[in-house]
Amino acid sequence: MTASTGEAVLFWCLAPLMVVAALSLLFARKAVHAAIAVMFVMVSLAVLYIAQEAPFLGVVQVVVYTGAVMMLFLFVLMLVGVDSSDSLVETIRGQRWIGVLLGLGLGVVLVGVVTQATFPPATGLAAANAETNPVGLARILFGDYVFAMEVVGVLLITAAVSALVLTHRRRLTPKRGQREIADAKVAALPDGGRLTPLAAPGVYAQNNAMDTPALDPQGRPIEESVSRILRIRGQERTAESVLEPGREVLDEHERRRGVLVPRADDADEHRVVAAPQTPPQTSTEEG
Amino acid sequence: MSMLLSPSAAAVLLPAEGAAVATDVVPGPFLAAPFLVLLPMLGAAILLLAGRRSDRWGAWFGVLMSGGAFLVGLWVFLSMAGLPADDRVVDYSMVDWISAGSLDVALGMRIDPLSMTFVLLVTFVGTLIHVYAVAYMEHDRDRRRFFAYLNLFVAAMLVLVLADSYLLLFVGWEGVGLASYLLIGFWNHNRAYAVAAKKAFVMNRIGDIGLIVALMLMFATFGAVDFSTVFAEVPGASTALLTATGLALLVAACGKSAQFPLQAWLGDAMAGPTPVSALIHAATMVTAGVYLVVRSAPVFEGAPTAQLVVVIVGAVTLIFGAIVGCAKDDIKKALAASTMSQIGYMILAAGLGPIGYAFAIFHLVTHGFFKAGMFLGAGSVMHGMDDQVDMRRFGGLTRFMKVTAITFGLGWLAILGIPPFSGFYSKDKIIEAAFVPVDGEPWRAWVFGGVALIGAGITAFYMSRLFFMTFLGRRRWNDGKGDVAGRGAQDGPVRHPHESPALMTWPMILLAVGSVGLGFVLNAGGRFVTWLEPVTGHAEHEEPVLPVALLIALTLALVALGIFLAWRQYVVTLVPIRAPHGSVLTRAARRDLYQDDVNETLVMRPGQYLTRSLVYADKEMVDGGWLGLAGGVGRVGEWLRGWQNGYVRTYGATMLGGLVVIVAVVLALTTGSAS
Amino acid sequence: MELTNYVVLATILFTIGATTVLLRRNAIIVFMGVELMLNATNLALVTFARIHGDLTGQVLAFFVMVVAAAEVVVGLAIIVSIFRTRRSASVDDVNLMKS
Repeated sequence: MTASTGEAVLFWCLAPLMVVAALSLLFARKAVHAAIAVMFVMVSLAVLYIAQEAPFLGVVQVVVYTGAVMMLFLFVLMLVGVDSSDSLVETIRGQRWIGVLLGLGLGVVLVGVVTQATFPPATGLAAANAETNPVGLARILFGDYVFAMEVVGVLLITAAVSALVLTHRRRLTPKRGQREIADAKVAALPDGGRLTPLAAPGVYAQNNAMDTPALDPQGRPIEESVSRILRIRGQERTAESVLEPGREVLDEHERRRGVLVPRADDADEHRVVAAPQTPPQTSTEEG
Repeated sequence: MSMLLSPSAAAVLLPAEGAAVATDVVPGPFLAAPFLVLLPMLGAAILLLAGRRSDRWGAWFGVLMSGGAFLVGLWVFLSMAGLPADDRVVDYSMVDWISAGSLDVALGMRIDPLSMTFVLLVTFVGTLIHVYAVAYMEHDRDRRRFFAYLNLFVAAMLVLVLADSYLLLFVGWEGVGLASYLLIGFWNHNRAYAVAAKKAFVMNRIGDIGLIVALMLMFATFGAVDFSTVFAEVPGASTALLTATGLALLVAACGKSAQFPLQAWLGDAMAGPTPVSALIHAATMVTAGVYLVVRSAPVFEGAPTAQLVVVIVGAVTLIFGAIVGCAKDDIKKALAASTMSQIGYMILAAGLGPIGYAFAIFHLVTHGFFKAGMFLGAGSVMHGMDDQVDMRRFGGLTRFMKVTAITFGLGWLAILGIPPFSGFYSKDKIIEAAFVPVDGEPWRAWVFGGVALIGAGITAFYMSRLFFMTFLGRRRWNDGKGDVAGRGAQDGPVRHPHESPALMTWPMILLAVGSVGLGFVLNAGGRFVTWLEPVTGHAEHEEPVLPVALLIALTLALVALGIFLAWRQYVVTLVPIRAPHGSVLTRAARRDLYQDDVNETLVMRPGQYLTRSLVYADKEMVDGGWLGLAGGVGRVGEWLRGWQNGYVRTYGATMLGGLVVIVAVVLALTTGSAS
Repeated sequence: MELTNYVVLATILFTIGATTVLLRRNAIIVFMGVELMLNATNLALVTFARIHGDLTGQVLAFFVMVVAAAEVVVGLAIIVSIFRTRRSASVDDVNLMKS
């Protein structure tokens, strides 16, 4: 039996494209391009399977390879860094020539084997696929190969568990839960810690910006409400610049400020402001 | 060598003549015999295992164990004396020892007059020397260890003489060798002493090889190594085999008894404490060779050639030891040379056949007494002279140590063979026996008799020299009061000679009593010869080539001449403090007649060259070969390691290369076969 | 058209996969080369099944797919864990076993 003309056309259309796509594995600088090319090869293979009277395998090929395996590949590629492009410069001396030589040698030898071999006249699968291809496969799979089927199931479970184990990360420090955080906050109170969350930066009727401090009930600006980064960079804005109409309140505040005992946080802030030359630090703020 | 039957050889045909056959019926009192060995063995074990804890009582415990063995021996001896002569040879087989294939050896004792003679000698003299050593070793930190070794020696010696098989005898033989080694090297912190111990050990090993060869020959021929079987089968064995066995046994005897040519170790063995020299290297262990020859009498009776060699060895050693003894200035080494010479007499007698066996043992017993006595005397002198051994530094010691001088003098008279001292009875009999003619070979009587006779004269000279130089003549040591002799006696350390304590003098006195009376008592009515007859067989008295009276007269005349010469040279004339250059013979004798040099040249040096060349060959050829192979493998590995560069892609390339090759080969084969 | 063409296509794909394994350093691409080799084998198996008229070849291909899936899971897990510790997905960096 020989293939039909339609099949021949299909083959001759697909086969060169597949080879070219496969070659991109060798030459693609970016792994993602290679992955896309391989996906094309696999889908093409699925088409060829269906053409070769193996519709079930064709479907499985699409589902398993293109749908699962290659997605996994892409996922890992994203994880590792999709932008990273490989250098194609060889680092092991002679490896490129050895690889090319061996690849060519293997190709020549295998093609030699295929052409040397005498195949029996093709019988085709019309008889075997009489009850449809999936049924024929199922008879063999759950007949002769039922034990192998079970073993493959075990293999899959093992692989899943092993992937879990391999990617599992050991916790190096004790877990810090809600309770631990609350306890730590209480313990830090004597040193000037605070229980409540920080106030949000200033939200006013006409102005709303990250760099403006909020006001407390007495009308004093709460300097901690501005992001520490901004404060260290010296990019915060003073309350006066946005609070023109409320000047008396501010005056009141300025007046009382000399009377009031400065808080620990205030002292700290003054020190920071007094040393504006401090180089910008990277964020060490938690959360 | 003529195979003509000599009278002694004729006795082979009648082995049972006079000699009793061993019985397996053990009389009641004999059941105590194992305690002979067990007591001193226990002593040694306890003293060695208890360690320093037993330091306080160790010495007397050793004496007790040895004395206990003596009492047991006395009890067995007395009960044996009560038996009829034919029942006195008893094989007391205790347990199966080795049962391997056709070899079946029992652990057993042969209790007969010969072994009992040795038991009494060993335990009696041994106990006396134990007592002596209590005082002699008093200031030694390791006195307890010393007594442990002494007990070990007594036990091993008793195993040796009581064994009922050559194999058990070999155990005792090695045991006494070990004890001897340990005791010679007792002060092994002194390198020379340790070397002396090693020398004795190594030379004894040569003798042991002889005994092992004899054991193998017996096992190969008779399939047994116990005395009864071997002696019963001897008449059927070939002369050549018996000669080989006899010579092997003789080698063993030579090693243990310091006979020519294995005598070189005895002089150096004097490195041990003096009680050791007295017990092991004079009275008992060195006579084990004589015991072996006499015990193996049936073997030697069947091998006249071996017997002749025994006699020759005895004669050579006799003269050899006597000559060496004349030149030694070290009192202990002079006594050692004398021991060698006297054992030469015994070996000579033992080689003469049935007429000599009893006299060999007789001389052995008397010699055990007087020589042990003299060694103890020498020890006493050393004790008084702060361990000085050079006789040229003695002189006139009689005034200071009377008991020592008198007991030593009695031993001196005994070894000279002056009647009625014990040496006279034993040595004179040997000289007479040596003069007994051998059919067909008349030269033997004249040669060996003459040697024995001349040996007696030389013995008289060197023993007198020793006695005179030590106890008589002028003082040649520094008493710190002035130079009496005017010969430089004032140099050297000041000595205060004094008599030794009673613990040391009493053993000497008892041994001196033995030196005086033992010969007469044992000889009276041929008592000793009759006593040994169950073992050695009955020998008809035969007339020597010269009348007995003339022989006695000749011997005494030579002895008198020897004494006179010694008197003239060492009492009348002043003895120089430094040894004069001396004649060629004197210088040779001082160096043991160059025996050490001969040994070194003939054996030691070639041996060392051999071992060195073997080591060289081993290093260069064997090691070199293997190391080269290993190096080659290593270099191949180095090269291969280059492939193991850790890059998974290289490994992948290797695998793929293999795959390509395999497929190509398969392809080539299939296309080849298809076409 | 002869069915042998499918087999030749399979060998070419297999060779490209093998060469990828030898030449590329990115572990993920190397892994894709392995997958390509497995797929090439599957194509050959399906073709043989058709030539012989026996579905066993297809069953075998099915098993290959399942095993390949398992392999991908484990292999990618290994790559991820290596990347997490070494910040690299190059197979040449994984040579600690050497000396």
